[in-house]
Amino acid sequence: MNATQHSVVVTGIGATTPLGGDSASTWEGLVAGRSGVRPLDEEWAAELPVRIAARAAADPAGILPRPQARRLDRSAQFALLAAREAWADAGYTARAGEDSTVDPDRLGAVVASGIGGVTTLLEQHDVLREKGVRRVSPHTVPMLMPNGPSANVGLEVNARAGVHTPVSACASGSEAVGYAIEMIRTGRADVVIAGGTEAAIHPLPIAAFANMMAMSKNNEDPQGASRPFDVDRNGFVLGEGAGVIVLESAEHARERGARVYAEAVGQGISADSHDIVQPEPSGNGIAHALQNLVANTGLDPAEVMHINAHATSTPQGDLAELKALRKVFGDDVDHMALSATKSMTGHLLGGAGGVETVATLLALHHRVAPPTINIETLDPEADVDVVRDTARPLPAEGRIAALNNSFGFGGHNVVLAFRTP
Amino acid sequence: MAVTQEEIVAGLGEIVNEIAGIPAEDVELDKSFTDDLDVDSLSMVEVVVAAEERFGVKIPDDDVKNLKTVRDAADYILKHQS
Repeated sequence: MNATQHSVVVTGIGATTPLGGDSASTWEGLVAGRSGVRPLDEEWAAELPVRIAARAAADPAGILPRPQARRLDRSAQFALLAAREAWADAGYTARAGEDSTVDPDRLGAVVASGIGGVTTLLEQHDVLREKGVRRVSPHTVPMLMPNGPSANVGLEVNARAGVHTPVSACASGSEAVGYAIEMIRTGRADVVIAGGTEAAIHPLPIAAFANMMAMSKNNEDPQGASRPFDVDRNGFVLGEGAGVIVLESAEHARERGARVYAEAVGQGISADSHDIVQPEPSGNGIAHALQNLVANTGLDPAEVMHINAHATSTPQGDLAELKALRKVFGDDVDHMALSATKSMTGHLLGGAGGVETVATLLALHHRVAPPTINIETLDPEADVDVVRDTARPLPAEGRIAALNNSFGFGGHNVVLAFRTP
Repeated sequence: MAVTQEEIVAGLGEIVNEIAGIPAEDVELDKSFTDDLDVDSLSMVEVVVAAEERFGVKIPDDDVKNLKTVRDAADYILKHQS
């Protein structure tokens, strides 16, 4: 056991989302309050109860060379593009080893998805039934395995310290970032590339989520369908894409003179053990994660000026999160500008934690909280400072911290904290 | 109607181009699938299945390992085409 606890910082950011093909265009969309939700005009959508989704703004298969794209599930394509952006943004000029400032044996990759290569699985099942056994692609297994995106990102940057894939449904992306923080903090790695990705816009997942009554069926108003904290919210809107960041030990970043976006303060994790899909309504499970965060990291709630809420736009889940925040932070919640960016990006499931980590980091970096759009009537039980309609400046001076909350089916709760350098 | 070696090489060129992105005209008789044409073991299975369909031959898995070069594949198809 390495007794030294290393400080962790974020040096690179990358994303491909419904709002833009990279992190800059995504941030621009978030600050402008733009919705990425569109009608699904594919033929297969016609018979579905839900005919809206937040498709990625840039089709990854059109960006990657065709031979590479055809052997990567769409979730891995997103992860790879976001990872490349983050890696270059961190100032690395080649894969580890070729770029001598990073040792492959000290580099890890932790990229998660909630569902893995579900579209590959379903498409190959169609091939099996329609064209026969011989036509099933030999790339199917590496494309559908949930660790595929992480493994492909690891191959891209030459990560040899460990490649991991925590799976916790819609908390997966944040759990991946938390895992990466631990790898560096405990001395297993100097640098870790981490995040979340998802590509599940396909009739079967949509039918399944819709039949759970988890999705908004507001097909007539796609851009107004994702409305966290509004009294008329009626479920989430499915999104797709990836968010990936580069984390490294503060010493490693300092030695190579890297630009630091933020300190990765740490994470708090808990499990509800209440229901397989329903959130624990009093918020106790989430509160436990927040308490762990404060206890493990020494984070001072007085510093926390912004929260990227999980807030998927479901009636119960949105409020459980707010109850937990009030329970743990008390009056301090009143100075935390709370944003629900899923109102614009839709819900990227396992990609959400990755993309919302990127949004949280950019909010700290620019000292701006993005808006929550589509709140016409704020739920009277939402007794927190929700940033509505337009972006809002965060305190211009002094160190400030921000949280990214992610919760998943199965009762998984992950909260991440970041702080300006 | 039987196809010629030249037609088979041209067909393999199109298949390899689709799967590995190598220009079809670079697919020549003495090129190795693995060493020259970026076709790894999984992609070779795709090449074989596409060739089976295109040329109406059956290439059992046990024979695939002997198809190292474009010439190996072309000769195999010539010999086995119905």
